[in-house]
Amino acid sequence: MKSGIINKTIYDVDKIRKDFPILESMIHGKPLCYLDNAATTQKPKSVIDSDVNYYTHLNANIHRGVHFLSEAATKAYEDARTKIQKFINASSEKEIIFTKGTTESINLVAQTLGRSILKEGDEIIISTMEHHSNIVPWQLIASEKKAKIKVIPITDNGDLILDEYKKLLSQRTKIVSIVYVSNSLGTINDVETIISLAHEQNVPVLLDAAQAVNHLPVDVQKLDCDFLAFSGHKLYGPTGIGVLYGKSHYLELMPPYQGGGDMISKVTFKETTFNTIPYKFEAGTSNIAGTIGLGVAMDYVNAIGIDNIAAYEHELLEYATEELLKISGLRIIGQSDHKCSLISFILNNIHPHDVGTFLDFEGIAIRTGHHCTQPLMDRFGVPATSRASFSLYNTKQEVDILAAGIKKVIEVFK
Amino acid sequence: MDSELRDLYQQVILDHNKSPRNYKKLENANFEAEGYNPLCGDRIDIFLVVENDIVKDISFQGSGCAISKASASLMTHMLKGKTKKEAEELFVKFHDLITGKLGDNPSLDELGKLAVFAGVKEFPARVKCASLAWHTMHSALNKEEKIISTE
Ligand SMILES: Cc1ncc(COP(=O)(O)O)c(C=O)c1O
Repeated sequence: MKSGIINKTIYDVDKIRKDFPILESMIHGKPLCYLDNAATTQKPKSVIDSDVNYYTHLNANIHRGVHFLSEAATKAYEDARTKIQKFINASSEKEIIFTKGTTESINLVAQTLGRSILKEGDEIIISTMEHHSNIVPWQLIASEKKAKIKVIPITDNGDLILDEYKKLLSQRTKIVSIVYVSNSLGTINDVETIISLAHEQNVPVLLDAAQAVNHLPVDVQKLDCDFLAFSGHKLYGPTGIGVLYGKSHYLELMPPYQGGGDMISKVTFKETTFNTIPYKFEAGTSNIAGTIGLGVAMDYVNAIGIDNIAAYEHELLEYATEELLKISGLRIIGQSDHKCSLISFILNNIHPHDVGTFLDFEGIAIRTGHHCTQPLMDRFGVPATSRASFSLYNTKQEVDILAAGIKKVIEVFK
Repeated sequence: MDSELRDLYQQVILDHNKSPRNYKKLENANFEAEGYNPLCGDRIDIFLVVENDIVKDISFQGSGCAISKASASLMTHMLKGKTKKEAEELFVKFHDLITGKLGDNPSLDELGKLAVFAGVKEFPARVKCASLAWHTMHSALNKEEKIISTE
């Protein structure tokens, strides 16, 4: 079979699929064809087992007990921080803050850095292809501070127009916050250029890397980004755990996000001194099990190798693009030359919701809707798209199932 | 096709999706409203001409899935000639139908052609699609009457 070739050369995908128990599921009597990885990825057994193991053998609160379990749980939690640090090559563990996810990471920066530096008339630069979670937190703080939001436009192919970005950068620019990989278009943005241009003006840059860390090797020191946000659940880890990376000199200057236990060093009713970074930003008992699970997910990804994953997914993307474009009446939204493995598409006269429901009955899970990027949908003049997003365990056979499913839908609506 | 799926996408629904009835703007509408489903981005405009409490004419425009379009189309078909009160009552009945409140063997006499939407109850995610036009009609009728300029 033609699909066997890449499956075997980069890694043995059949073997990998066995690590993900949910992939054995039958949906409406058909084998699950899970192509909604941009929403969340499935979890390998090691991550699932980690949760059970934690609550069975390790459960205790961290950073506050002298007893055996508390120390063991603290160590496991801090080991996860080190794994994340290495995964994105941060220079220190202190620069890794655990949050609920990308959304909370961005809100944290908006509410702390944004609150302390923005003044009336200042500007925040984002782009047309942002997820709502990289729009709304900035709108909230901007309206409070009477600051403005400037938006980098995109081409019809779905690339940022960097010349327009250059024009938007000015003395008034205080923060640039950009999606690294678009969750609706798949575009991998030229973030190196965006960052170096911002740095010429001493403007810090936040990268929304929710869709990047699972598809590409990400090295924060090489990128030189000032902040990087991502979610564990899109990276084969548990839900409810995410990361904010921040350069330590910014983190030192930023006020705390929330107050409570763990984030303090001394509390009196007169005055409170805050803990050092990263703990200053981790108020209250954190998602300990989730954090440890995310560390296990890192181990899983590292064992396969993110470069191998990127190469494998790229071949899948090329194959899927070729196969879907053979379907007449199908248009791909997002045709950048630099793309991750997701395809947004629309069909002539067939609404994405109908496509989604029909494909569901073929066992195929895709996302339909605006993907939390309504301004982007407006830019392309569509209310919604269908989106198939591929990850390390998907196969060319599944692409074939998707293409066949789409053809069936077209047949019904003819 | 799977039978549950066939129940949802009945031929009548596919047909109304393809050639929706009363798909236009009514220039002389004295009641109108815009409906929006933020979850899927569906938008619909409903136009009504109501005289002496009777729906003389009704139409719609907008974009949406087959279920929402067919529902709007069939709604306009059903409501022409009904009183405002009858229209509201039919909405309640229709809503009960698509949310499964009428049970397994509902009496569908009053619902007429709307009975084709019985399959929606198996698809909770699609209830909003099927009811968008109706909610919008309801909000149009409960708005202040528009003063139509006769110039
Ligand atoms: C590009 C992008 N940014 C941010 C988010 C928000 O992530 P979360 O919901 O995990 O906070 C997502 C997830 O949908 C995303 O794709």
